[in-house]
Amino acid sequence: MSVIRYIASRVLVYVATILIGVTIVFIIPRLTGTDPVVSILTKLTVYGEYYDPEVYEQMLNSLRELYGLKGSIMEQYVAFMRRLFIGDFGPSIIAFPTPAMDIVHDALPWTLGLLSMSLLISWILGNLVGGIAGYFSNSRWSSFLTVLMMSTYAIPYYITALLLVVLFTYLIPLFPLMGGAPIGVEPSLSMEYILDLVKHAFLPAMSIVLMFVGWWFISMRSMSIAVKSDDYVRYAELMNLPKRLIMWKYVVRNALLPQVTGLSIQLGLIFSGTLVSEVVFAYPGIGYILYQAVINNDFNLIMASTIYSIIAVATSVLIIDLIYPLVDPRIRYR
Amino acid sequence: MKSPLMLRTIIGGIRTLRSRTKLMIPLAIVLTFIFIGFCLPLLISFDPRSWGKFPRNLPPSFEHPLGTTSVGQDVFWLLTYSIRGSLIVGFIGSIVGLLIGAVLGLVAGHKGGAVDRAVIFLTDVFLTLPFLPLLILITILIKGAANLYIVGLAIAFLTWAWPVRNIRSIILSLREREFINVAIFSGMGTAKIITTQYLPHVLPWMSASIVGRMITAIGYEVILAVFGLIPLDEATIGTMIYWALEYQALMRGLWWWFFPPIISVIVFCIALYFLSSQIIEHLDPRLRHLTTM
Repeated sequence: MSVIRYIASRVLVYVATILIGVTIVFIIPRLTGTDPVVSILTKLTVYGEYYDPEVYEQMLNSLRELYGLKGSIMEQYVAFMRRLFIGDFGPSIIAFPTPAMDIVHDALPWTLGLLSMSLLISWILGNLVGGIAGYFSNSRWSSFLTVLMMSTYAIPYYITALLLVVLFTYLIPLFPLMGGAPIGVEPSLSMEYILDLVKHAFLPAMSIVLMFVGWWFISMRSMSIAVKSDDYVRYAELMNLPKRLIMWKYVVRNALLPQVTGLSIQLGLIFSGTLVSEVVFAYPGIGYILYQAVINNDFNLIMASTIYSIIAVATSVLIIDLIYPLVDPRIRYR
Repeated sequence: MKSPLMLRTIIGGIRTLRSRTKLMIPLAIVLTFIFIGFCLPLLISFDPRSWGKFPRNLPPSFEHPLGTTSVGQDVFWLLTYSIRGSLIVGFIGSIVGLLIGAVLGLVAGHKGGAVDRAVIFLTDVFLTLPFLPLLILITILIKGAANLYIVGLAIAFLTWAWPVRNIRSIILSLREREFINVAIFSGMGTAKIITTQYLPHVLPWMSASIVGRMITAIGYEVILAVFGLIPLDEATIGTMIYWALEYQALMRGLWWWFFPPIISVIVFCIALYFLSSQIIEHLDPRLRHLTTM
């Protein structure tokens, strides 16, 4: 029974997150009083490019419905939601007349791939080392590692990524600094192609790992210090069980549970970090698209990538939350 | 008999001193930055943001301690203005968001029931919303009117949810204690209970949180500036990095323009983080497991 209630409450949060997120996106342009439609149209005329009248009309319509002030606020909201529902954000401006939707669709797998890989690496690494450091919290290397991890975690995301760029362009030019895959090569499952993908993703992934490994380390360390002083651990020590067994089975395993919940709380932030690192390394995910869109005032594309980010993060959080009862049996029996 | 005791006192004294220095060093660094940002700019009579005041691309010298930029600004004095700008964004983004979250967490924890469920629900929603795209959307739409205060408020609006759960959990553990019952049965109103009974217990965590949250706010200011979404004639750490990148300062060997903002933001953020964890350690070690950012 309690599992069903748990799942229901999570799904409710999921739906509400998307609805509230979308509503915020709807309200912001109307609160700030700027009319994006006008600013986009002036921008287009300044460029003086030629557009197919039919496509132009289509874009005007999408702009008017997505940000326009025609009709009552309720009518605007309904039109806005209808467009979102069918996934029509109108044509993008930087890649006119490709629909903004298609661009975001192409970018999403890159972001999700990069995010999940670097998240996995930083989570495992931080928790493993953090757990050991927590169990041996009195040793010198443990406090040294803590200082190091706190320092790397405190550095703002953008600066971490920028420093990696400086380091790897000036000192060790080993990795490609731009793009996500070699240009002009057909995607395939060959060893060579995959190796190239990894090579392109290495630096962005490393920057994300550096941004967040400190967080998992710090929280895991303090968690296992807390668990270490619990009675059942003391009992195991009195039974003279092997130290290694106590550390892994008694301390680390129990300290890990909150770290799974931590995943779903931190995901929104880690997603933002991923976007930042994509911008710095010109990695072709949502972050890079968003950057291009902002520079070129491409509102349709900004809108599409924001909405898609909301849905992507909310869905990933939902998945983690649904996996949690499998990891923590207490929820099942509560 | 006497000497071991004395020895122990001395060792104990050294220990406290060491734990004091762990607090004092980051505190001193943070105060230095506040001094640089808010006091040093009072010494000069010109606006270091304006272009073409000095010869371009000068390396560091006695006259210009950190050289000059490619648009004729003095890097040192520009840096003081930039630190002030980033501090303003950091303060507002941190404090305003924390206050909103603290009020919600206090009320939710004390009231319980439907109020609690509603607050937690809303908090979960805001924790999940991807922060950066929404922040970009807000700032891009207010770009014409954006100043450092509004950017700070936008950050606060999107980060109020972070402290709610922590504060609520502190309140929940206090609620079962005797003194709260005494307060309730003696007819104290909710507002008074929250301000006089709970708040003193939450303040240590809040003061650590203010410091921790500043790191986030300053970091996102840098990102917004790189996106070109902070008014670029303002001086902040972020806009300074933006212009240094725009003029390819490092590529052209102008390291004295490229590194000062980066090094200052790194030193400042690390000092802030250590300060926030030391505040918790000193004021209320029981809260060590709670996050402050």
